Amino acid sequence: MAPYIGTATSRVDGVAKVTGAAKYAAEFNTPGLVYGSIVTSTIAKGWIKRVDGSAAMRVKGVIDVLSHEHRPPMADDDKAYADEVAPLGSPFRPLYDNRVMFSRQPIALVVAETSEIARFGESLVRVEYEVEAPVTDLNRERDAAVPVKPPTNPFEALFTPPKPRGAPERALAAAAMRHEAEYCTPIEHHNPMELYAATVIYHADGKLTLYDKTQGVQNIQRYVCSVFGMKPEDVRVMSPFVGGAFGNGLRPNFEIVLAVLAARALRRSVRVVLTRPQMYALGYRPAMIQRIGLGATTDGTLDAITHDAITVTSEYEDYYRQETGWSGLLYTCANAKYAHKLAKLDLPTACDMRCPSAATGVYALECAMDELAVALKADPLELRLRCYSERDQNNNRPFGSKALRECYRQGAQAFGWDKRNPEPRSMRDGADLVGWGMATGVWDAFQAPITVRIALSANGHAEVACATSDIGTGTRTIMAQVAADMLGLPLDHISINLGDSNLPQSPVEGGSWIAVSVSNGIATTAASIRDELLRLAKQIPNSPLAATAPGEVALIDGKLADKGDVSRAISISDAMRQGGVERIEQEKTTNPSADAARAHNTHSAVFAEVKVDEQLGVIRVTRVVSAVAAGRILNTKTAGSQVLGSVVWGIGMALHEETLIDHRFGRVMNANIAEYHMPVNADVHDIKVIFVDEPDDSNPLGIKGVGEIGIVGVAAAIANAVYHATGKRVRDLPITLDKLSP
Amino acid sequence: MINTPVDTKDTEFPISRQPTHSELVARGVTLPIAAGLSSRAAAPPSIGSASPEVVSVSLTVNGTLHALMLDTRTTILDLLREHLDLTGTKKGCDQGQCGACTVLIDGRRVNSCLTFAVMYDGAQITTIEGLATKGTLHPLQQAFIDHDAFQCGYCTPGQICSAVGLISEGRAKTADDIRELMSGNLCRCGAYGNILAAIAQAMRRA
Repeated sequence: MAPYIGTATSRVDGVAKVTGAAKYAAEFNTPGLVYGSIVTSTIAKGWIKRVDGSAAMRVKGVIDVLSHEHRPPMADDDKAYADEVAPLGSPFRPLYDNRVMFSRQPIALVVAETSEIARFGESLVRVEYEVEAPVTDLNRERDAAVPVKPPTNPFEALFTPPKPRGAPERALAAAAMRHEAEYCTPIEHHNPMELYAATVIYHADGKLTLYDKTQGVQNIQRYVCSVFGMKPEDVRVMSPFVGGAFGNGLRPNFEIVLAVLAARALRRSVRVVLTRPQMYALGYRPAMIQRIGLGATTDGTLDAITHDAITVTSEYEDYYRQETGWSGLLYTCANAKYAHKLAKLDLPTACDMRCPSAATGVYALECAMDELAVALKADPLELRLRCYSERDQNNNRPFGSKALRECYRQGAQAFGWDKRNPEPRSMRDGADLVGWGMATGVWDAFQAPITVRIALSANGHAEVACATSDIGTGTRTIMAQVAADMLGLPLDHISINLGDSNLPQSPVEGGSWIAVSVSNGIATTAASIRDELLRLAKQIPNSPLAATAPGEVALIDGKLADKGDVSRAISISDAMRQGGVERIEQEKTTNPSADAARAHNTHSAVFAEVKVDEQLGVIRVTRVVSAVAAGRILNTKTAGSQVLGSVVWGIGMALHEETLIDHRFGRVMNANIAEYHMPVNADVHDIKVIFVDEPDDSNPLGIKGVGEIGIVGVAAAIANAVYHATGKRVRDLPITLDKLSP
Repeated sequence: MINTPVDTKDTEFPISRQPTHSELVARGVTLPIAAGLSSRAAAPPSIGSASPEVVSVSLTVNGTLHALMLDTRTTILDLLREHLDLTGTKKGCDQGQCGACTVLIDGRRVNSCLTFAVMYDGAQITTIEGLATKGTLHPLQQAFIDHDAFQCGYCTPGQICSAVGLISEGRAKTADDIRELMSGNLCRCGAYGNILAAIAQAMRRA
């Protein structure tokens, strides 16, 4: 039996997804279910004077109107609302009091017998406010931004700027060639296709089963228990399928609080589904202003990097990620310094969105590198190679593995980079200006503690269980591949159970850490299954494995075999049945390999071609090549799709996506997915993904994860291509056609 | 006409990427664009129609006839998901902007979120649950699996139903035609290239 790891295996949940059988949070129906429709604030800042639900209550079928004035008890301390990934601050409490902190804040919930009645009832709720003037404009508030607090522990240190090195100001001032510029990126919203939704099944004994759209069922379980004072055994959270999340489902969102409030108030099962506009009151990628200074010596290598960021968060929580340090990690440079400030605005708290920090930080860096290359009259790729870092200089350590050179080589070759005329506006295709740009990508390779349970039956079937989510990444599929290989069973003999808080512990799914964590977790537990099988096999009279040590056997083709001589083997069913066992169950926790002496990162090289209509300024991304080094690729099909999708995100970031706020009212103006432009099919053309070989021994399976790396560098490569096509440098995203007009 | 259940504060005119006949209907029930920041206090809605108006509707869904008493405000989408437990048809925006709710009504692809059930008394509706026959996947369903034309799977039923409609329309001759005519179906996972490949495969075999 050929191994499954590393192959282009089709998704194991593919049939469920193409037939409509896969069920998402709003799709668990139960008799007596009632519907909640959310009333949201029309102001961005102030106080609620009165919530008048009387007109709604007169509608036949409306059951209740919940608000801060009328609701079951909730916890009254910040700690209860601080979930597993909450930033510092005082988390938002839905329907808690009369304070309005952002536009479209949930302030009441109309519960009715049908969704139509609930929605009509919601339209009848009248709210009176005491209005305060909101502040939502980053550009106006940039001078009031405050430095992020110094870290108090290693976790916080991940998000704060690295220590400076050398004498960056002096080096920048003395540089033979200097480039300094400011790069701006807007607020972006995740907009997963599935609306945020929760279905709460209320059981007769008061216990709850929650179906929620989340990237972490156990995070939700802990949160609901602490907010409502419930016991873990009384709250089960499930999310078997998640219709995209991209970071927006890492923290609990307000649909779950409102649905649980209503279920407890009415002792009934409740469904709450956000409208698409209401999803613009969830987290977002923060807008930011980044200032980069690069100083180069006459030989065209970097001697100074300064990278400052001002990013947006709410008034009540300090969300930030580390945009700035990528500069000094990616390139060799003796002198570097970083600074990060927060602008606190009357908006919801920002949150992680696909590749938080690197998507934006590396965008600014890689545009600046392109500008430096132009100033030096150097090929942009050649400049990167001259500045290539063999060590993580921020922490002065080697990389576990870094095949970025190979990404550059294979990517450039596949793209045909050597045919590029360096002169801007020099390449044409009919009426279109053609531009070629490139950029580098970098992201972290994390691993987190995780627990996996495997139950092996004597008939050669195995169930693998872990509370992790599959938000569309393909987790279920790679889990089945790894389990099949580790247990020596066919793929269709493996069943995967995930997205249920009752299952063994998992962190939230994000940051590209689940594939490496859960795969190594499966390997650990499978090894203990193997050991148990060996113990049974040794008890068989005249066992061919009587003298074989645990390290010398493997599970291959349904048998436990001596690796040195596979003819010495006993089938799984013989070992179990002769040992009188029908089922072996093992549950093991796997901790990350302690390897702080080395840096662990994924890398990519992105090459993009744009065609720009010279008269209209319309930009099309006609070709992208993304060459990725991310350790061992478990499934070339699903991993390829992740990178393809990430490139599409990069196209959106470069050309389309921008949440627009009317700062007079502090309210998002394009809170829908027609006016918030995200790429559609016609925007996407030829995208090629290359995975370069990158052996890595940082964890037993050599995995790094690919969820984030694919977006990094894409927007910069496109922006650089637009410059190459037009000769015009646009430093604020998205690059819309108006910005190209003379 | 009853008061519509449209959320006044969030009524911004959508620029639909997939104009359909049902879009006009939606425009007809959409409240004025200016309804916004202080509409609640300024203009309390009438509650003259506080009780739902209920009508009888008969529809054939995936070959099964359903005779139903429905709130006149019930969309085909909510009828499928909330009344018939056919949750394969997805709600991605409820405003005709994303295509996740695409079903085939009398053979034509339609955004079911913008379509009231009462408008289609007597119609034949095919949803994603009705495409496979006797356990054999529809060629498009198989092609979507083969080409990994989805990740999270949420837009997938709408993409597939839309592609069925696209193929029967017979207008798509080139890859760019497919891209253009599938641009009313958004995929946030960004599987567009694979969706194109899957549809092209099914068209070749059709």
